[in-house]
This record gives sequence, C-alpha cells and structure tokens, in this order.
Amino acid sequence: MRRTASDTEETNRTLTRRTLLLGGAMAATVAVLGVRMRYLQVDQADEFKLLAEENRINIRLIPPDRGLVQDRNGRLIAANEQNYRVVITREAAGDAELVLRRLAGIIPITREELDRTVEEVNAMRAFVPVTVAERLTWDDFSKVALNAPALPGVVPEVGLSRLYPLDFDFAHVVGYVGPVSEKDLDGLAEPDPLLRIPKFQIGKIGVEKWMEDTLRGSAGTKRIEVNSAGRVMRELERREGVAGTDIRLTVDADVQNFAQARLGEESAAVVVIDVTNGDLVCIASSPSFDPNLFVRGISHTDYNALMENDHRPLANKAVSGAYPPGSTFKMVTALAALEAGVVTAETRVRCPGYIEFGGRRFHCWKRAGHGTVDMERSLTESCDVFYYDIAQRVGIDKIAEMGRKLGLGQSFDIPMSAVTEGIMPDKAWKQERHKADWRIGDTINASIGQGYVLTSPLQLAVMAARIATGKAVVPRLVRMVNDQEVTPPDATQLSISPTHLAAVRAGMNQVVNGERGTAKSSRIVDPTMVMAGKTGTSQVRNISAAEREAGVISNDDLPWDRRDHALFVGFAPVDAPRYAVAVVVEHGGGGSLAAAPIARDVILRAMSDGLPSLDAYPSSQRGRIETMLNELPLRDPLTGLTPERTKA
Amino acid sequence: MSFLEYRLKQAPVGLRKVLYLNWPLVVLVTAVASVGFLMLYSIAGGNLDTWARPQMERFAVGIVLMFMVAMVPIWFWRNMAGVAYLVSFILLLVVEFFGEVGMGAQRWIDLGFIRLQPSEMMKFTLVMMLAAYYDWLDHRRVSRPLFVLIPVLLTVVPTILVLMQPNLGTSLLLILAGAAVMFAAGVSLWYFAAVILLGVGAVAGVFLTRGTPWQFLHDYQHARIDTFLNPGVDPLGAGYNIIQAQIALGSGGWSGKGFMQGTQSRLNFLPEKHTDFIFTTLAEEFGFIGAFSLLGLYALIIGFCLVAAFQNRDRFSALLIVGVAANFFFYIAVNLSMVMGMAPVVGVPLPLLSYGGSAMLVLLVGFGLVQSAHVHRPR
Repeated sequence: MRRTASDTEETNRTLTRRTLLLGGAMAATVAVLGVRMRYLQVDQADEFKLLAEENRINIRLIPPDRGLVQDRNGRLIAANEQNYRVVITREAAGDAELVLRRLAGIIPITREELDRTVEEVNAMRAFVPVTVAERLTWDDFSKVALNAPALPGVVPEVGLSRLYPLDFDFAHVVGYVGPVSEKDLDGLAEPDPLLRIPKFQIGKIGVEKWMEDTLRGSAGTKRIEVNSAGRVMRELERREGVAGTDIRLTVDADVQNFAQARLGEESAAVVVIDVTNGDLVCIASSPSFDPNLFVRGISHTDYNALMENDHRPLANKAVSGAYPPGSTFKMVTALAALEAGVVTAETRVRCPGYIEFGGRRFHCWKRAGHGTVDMERSLTESCDVFYYDIAQRVGIDKIAEMGRKLGLGQSFDIPMSAVTEGIMPDKAWKQERHKADWRIGDTINASIGQGYVLTSPLQLAVMAARIATGKAVVPRLVRMVNDQEVTPPDATQLSISPTHLAAVRAGMNQVVNGERGTAKSSRIVDPTMVMAGKTGTSQVRNISAAEREAGVISNDDLPWDRRDHALFVGFAPVDAPRYAVAVVVEHGGGGSLAAAPIARDVILRAMSDGLPSLDAYPSSQRGRIETMLNELPLRDPLTGLTPERTKA
Repeated sequence: MSFLEYRLKQAPVGLRKVLYLNWPLVVLVTAVASVGFLMLYSIAGGNLDTWARPQMERFAVGIVLMFMVAMVPIWFWRNMAGVAYLVSFILLLVVEFFGEVGMGAQRWIDLGFIRLQPSEMMKFTLVMMLAAYYDWLDHRRVSRPLFVLIPVLLTVVPTILVLMQPNLGTSLLLILAGAAVMFAAGVSLWYFAAVILLGVGAVAGVFLTRGTPWQFLHDYQHARIDTFLNPGVDPLGAGYNIIQAQIALGSGGWSGKGFMQGTQSRLNFLPEKHTDFIFTTLAEEFGFIGAFSLLGLYALIIGFCLVAAFQNRDRFSALLIVGVAANFFFYIAVNLSMVMGMAPVVGVPLPLLSYGGSAMLVLLVGFGLVQSAHVHRPR
C-alpha cells in the first residue's frame, strides 16, 4: 500500500521515541550492572580477595621426626625407620574399589584390609589420601611403582615410623606409639594441630607417653596452592618443623637384656638402681611383649593371647606391681624400733615359734622357733617373732614413718605408666580406708611385710638403696635430654642414725654371707662385689589354724597362682655400695631359692663389663652357673637378634 | 517504502559500499572479540590451541559472512525475512525431533562442519520477520488486537519450541527480542503492562505448581532459581557456581590480578570459565577497570547501533537495527546479571567473548544485517 509522507513522518517519530525509551532503559540497565560491578570489585574487594586466597591456599602440616630414645650408652631403643607405604586418592583413582582390587593382586592385602580401605576411601573427601598398606618390602614397593599406569590414584610414599630395635627388652619402659584416639584428644584443651593428622602416632604408654612433649617436636608447615578439587598445584612456602628431642635413658640396654633373659618365663620383675645417683640401670618385667606389634596394629589373635596370658605380659610389674614385701620389710620395722629407742642392736627376743597377742597366736615361719635371737640373727634367719615383738613395742605409726622415709608408700616422678604408690598403712590410713580401728594384729602382720603393706619392686630397690647409703636416693630414668645431662636429684642425708643403719646392714650382710643366712647360696665370693640383702616370701593366701595343724602345704604342691611370692632386696658391694637391687618373682615360692639367685646374677651383671665372671660365684656352683649363663637367650651384640623368643 | 523508492536514492554501488560501512561498529566488534581471544588464551593457561585459535578462526569466518551480508541490499533481506523465519522454524522442529542431545538438551543439528543451533538463528530471523511485518503494517493498526496477536504468535511459538529443548536462556532472549521490536514499532504500552502482570502471575504459577505433577520447570531449573535466591544454602553444590563467580569477580579488585594471574580460573574454581562465565576471569585478571571498560565497549556498540537506527528513515531497517541491538543487549544484560549474582544461572553466553561457534556466527550475521541496513539506507 502507498503511504503518505505524513504517515512516514508519524511512524518514524514513534519509532524514534520508542527507540529512545528503549535506549534509556538499556543505559539504566548498564548503569545498574556498572554499579554492581563496582560494589563487588571495589567495595567488597577485600572480602572476596580473602575468600579467593582461602580457596586456593591450604596450610598443610609437616610432621616432625620423633625424638630417639637411647640407653645410657647411646644404644637405640626407639628409632624411626623408613616406612614404605601406599596411599590412594579417590579423586584420582576414579573407581577406587576396582583399583584397590587390582592393587591386591600385586601386593599382599587381605580381604579384610581391602574392605576396610574401600570403606575409608569412600568416607573421606575425594582428594584425601588414605593409607592402603604400610611397611611394604622394597620388592612390593617397587612393584607398585612399576604398575603405576594401571593404578591411577595410587601413590607409593616413604614415611617414618617408629621401630623398637630392642623389642621385648624395653616394652614396659619405653612403651609404644599408636594412632591418636578420641580419648587422647579429649584430655587436651587445645590439642596440637599435629594430632589431627590422620594416623599421626603419639606415645601410648611408658616413656613414649610420658615424654611425649619432648619427643614429638613441633610441626612444620607448608603453604600450598590447591585447585578446586583440592589437588596440590604447587608449594608456596615451607617452614620446617623442629624435630623431636632425643632422650637418653639411665638404663643400660645390656643389663636390661640380661635381666629380661634371666627372668625367663617367670612372672617377675627386677630393678637395679645406681645408689650414687638414683639411675635406674635396669627395670625389667617379665614376661614381656614386642611393642612393634602395637605400632603396626596388633592383630586380635596376638592381643587376646597377651590379655589371656595368666603371667600378664602387658603389666609392668617393676613399677606397677604392688606386692606384700614379706620379710624384706623387716629392715623397716627394725630401723623404726631402733630409731624410736625401744630396742637396741643388742636387744634379745625369745622365739618359741609363735607369739600370742590378745588371745591370738602369730606364728614364726619356723615352727620350732629360733630360740633367743638378737637383731642380726633375726635378719639372718628371718625370725618373725622378733619383729612381732618389737613392732608392737614401737607401734605402726613409727613403722610407717620409717617406711615412707625409705621410699615406700609413695610414687616417684619417673616417666613411666602406672607407677604405683603401693600402700604404707598406718592408723589414719585404716580409719580412712576401712573405717575401722587399727588392731594390734595389723601391726604384727605389717611388721613382717604382710597384711596391708604393698610395695613395688621399684620401691623396694629404692628402699635397699637408701639403707645402703643412708641417703634419700631418688630414682631417675632420664639421663640426658637433647645431649644435655639431666642433673640427678640431690640425695639428702636421711635422718637415721648411722649406727642403726650399720646394724641393719650387718644383718643384711649375714643374710647372704653368714653361715646361717637365708640367702647364703646366693652369695658373691669376689671380695670387691660382695652382696648384702634380705630375702622375703610373701603369702598370697591366708593359712588357717586348721591347715597349720594339718601341716602347711608345700609351695610345690599348690597351683601356681596360689604359691607365695618370692622377693629379694640387696645391694653391692657391701662395703662401698654401688647398686641396689630388688627382685620379685610372682608365685615363685621362697625368696631364697627363687629371687636371690636372680638378684645376684643381675647385680653382678651390672657390676661387670660383660657376662658375670664365674670367679664371683662359689666354686661349688660354678658348673651349674656356667651352663645357666650359656643358655641365657641373650641378644647377639652384632645382629641384635635374640636366639629364641620365649613367647608372643 | 517501496523497492522503487530505494532505487531513486543514491545508494552506493559495488565495492564502493565498503566505504559506506559503519566502520566504528566493525572496529568495536573486533575489539570486543579480541578481548575474548585474550581471555580464552589466559584461561587455557597460556595455550593458544585450546580455545583461542578455534575462536579466532570462527571470528574470521564470521567477519567474512558479515561483510557478505552487508554487501547484499537490505531490501533483499526484507524480502527474504519470511523465508528465513520459516527455515529457522522448520529447523527448530527438526532439532526438536531429530537433534543431537547435548548437555541434557536437544539444541543443535550436526552438519559436520558446524553444529547448527536453530534457536540461535531464530533470534535474528525473528527480528527480521517482525521488522518486515511492521514495515508492511499500517502504523494506525499497530495496536489493534489482531495485529498484536500475529507478532505475539510469531514470537511465542518458536519460543515454546526452544523451551521444550529445554533451553530457558534462549527462550527468554527470544521473548525479549520480540518484545523489543514490538515496543519500538509502537505497540500500545497497555499490552506491555498487561504482559508484565501476566508474567508476574506466571512466575507465581510456576512456584505454586512446584512439586505437583503440573510442574512447569525442570527440577534443575528450580534448583538454579533456588540457589540464585540463596547461594549460601549449598556452597559446594548448586550454589558453587554463583559463589565462586562472585569470588573471582570481587577478588579482582580495582585493577585485577594481572593477565594470566587469575587464581580462581586457573585453579579451576570457576565453572564454565571459557563459556558462560568468561566475564569472571576478565574481571578477576583485569579488575574493575577491565570489566568496566568491556561494559563500556558493549555500551558503545549498542549506542552506535541505536544511532544508526535513528539515522535510518527506512522502517524495516530501523526496526531491524533496534532488534539486533536489543538482542545483543539482552545477551549481555542476562549474562552479566547472572555472573554477578543478580539473576539465576541460565545458560546465556556473553556475546563475542564466550567460546562457542554458532552464537558468534549468528551474531556476526546479525551485525551484517545492521551494516547492510546502514549502507543501503535511504539518503
């Protein structure tokens, strides 16, 4: 159709007007976009910059090398070994389960481990590496590396993990490390961020636990740039951590090994202490276990075997075991009475085999009685009646005071787990603990280390050391930290009259070296190493009057766990004491037969450079001793291996 | 205006036409496209072959097409409008039933050398069609219901086809482009007011039917709207795109992190960084200055188009130019609103910058039409 010029003018005006409107709307929109841009990029820039940084930068911790634990001469007790392991990342693996199954065809992984890993991989965020297998042999490790193309997401890694080269010997002393548990974290107000690292290992018991802060060191950090999937693109900055501090213990690995071997299959403990400075030269507890099992993750079978063993391999009997000290306690009663002035070294008591108090008869171990005994003889022959008599004269409170003075009934500050205080009972203690009055019978029982009295081998060794020196010897376990000598605690003079101590020591000398001494078969004949000591046999059951009438059953006829504990405390050399020793053999029978020989061998080993010389033994025993020493399953000094491992 | 009227004017002939092109527009388009090459090069981590080179090749082809289209007299294109529209429409039907399925939607026909997206073509053929329609229509009848219904149908029917693919972004742009041409042609504002009211009602309807069997939108489309309204709900899921895009933009600050220094894109935090979200990388690496300059370039392109429309006394030409400009503008507005967190994430590329073949080609052909209208304008 034709259009007039005015029509065209009209339409063009409309068009221009509308286009202008449209253009205005567009301009307004562009302005809004510009303002928004300004808001995001200028006003909010700092916040978004921060967010972008947070997006891309992760801070990763670098675990420090754990400090080493060495024996007093620098032998490694706890070391770090290269650990070849394989980790998998789900993101890179794609189908993690498939890759893992392929991996299981290359290196030994059990069905159980495979399932656990698959579960763990799926639970973690896609880029978090999960450990599949650890402690691979070099062969398996290289197989994984060779098959890398078929194993996407699988990375072979080298890390450090804890190794205890002296395995059984120091299991109880040094303990072991294990992965951080919820329980470990609960106890800490502000846990070290290191503890959040998956599978980070911390000390669980023993020195590893109690010196954790020293051994752990502090984490290094690296700032890394990650992409949106969390993959590490590059390292931006690295700050090395501080490796854990090395510790040198006071224990002599050779003496410890000898002691462990000497204890053999017995459920027993031996502690040797250097009386001059309190150094614990040996703290053995038997049977022991291999702490490496725990680091690697102990199997149920192994763990149950340890738990079900009636000799309790996991218990550290040397510091945690609390035993009635039996006759080894007699020195305490004697010193208490001497100090109280109720007796002198010359006081004599008649032993008819029993004593009566309040209508009750208390028997001496020797039914026929010892006749008239003085203090020295009471120790030598271990007359009970003598102590019943003097104890009721001096009273329990004075005895307990003396006991504590000599180191009983208290804990010592050494970095070990479950260091027991034992029990040094007195009247107040019984009132508090049993809500009952102290009875004279309690004093009589306590006088020979029965009844309520409980002591650990460590305490008994300290007691022996204090009697030997007259000083308040304090045990210590750590000799050096970071190559700096730890100053031994100053042993103060005990407020006990030297003559009284001398009287007791004379008795202890006679116990081992006297013709009628209970431990005379365990004497040391080398004049420079002569040992003094005291045997003890402590009942773990009550002997009823009826039983006593019928004749006390010999230990050999009792089931193992009802036999008496055998104990021995001693020190040597007798004229210039250097070492004190305490031995407890659980259900070992008599102290003179079961405990004293061990004490002699171990203290001789401590005083010698190598195996004890046969010259130190009475000539009549040498043949037997030589055989015994030769058959000890000692660690080979070159290979570090033990001939046969007694038990798992 | 008739065919004869054109002949009477002194339109340039032959190669002389090149001199009469709207050269500033050509330069501006090339400048924006060059920014795109730069960004694609940067996003690929300094690799030319990943995205930048194919994009440059396509641009070269597109520019040649643009010149070819510009050389052809505008009256030819007006006469072709109906045919072009019909072809696009048939292709849309074809793609609906036989098209390749990609990214969860049937969007293109694979011709071997190029993947043809009829929905992209439709954006410009619709504008041509409507411009031709209003050129034919007596201006006094423009607001009569019947004559309003015709362009509405011309717009809505292909839109529904696109929506069925489903492609929310392009269908939105089609509606907007159609509406822009109708608005410029002088359709009474009451219709627009009514449509806006209806739109509000429709949005209400979409939300009210949600979760019922009559639900209009796909769940993923609902999810996009939800995350737009509150991206913090699911920062690692659906809200991730929006949050990361804003972090990229915001962290660019005033002057940016520098060319190829954008951590967000280089470290893959950005989604769709080479296509729909390409602007975020630009904003991150060149900051507010860079981003705002790009916005300025876009505004200049639109401005030059609108000025060309004012200069053109031919109704078809003017409407066509306005339509193309509006189309171009809506692309930008929707895309930028989206990446700046002002609109839900709908798949709309940033014109001339985003990596992608047919959008770029079609857009350049659109500018070719603008040039043709400009060169052959009545003088």
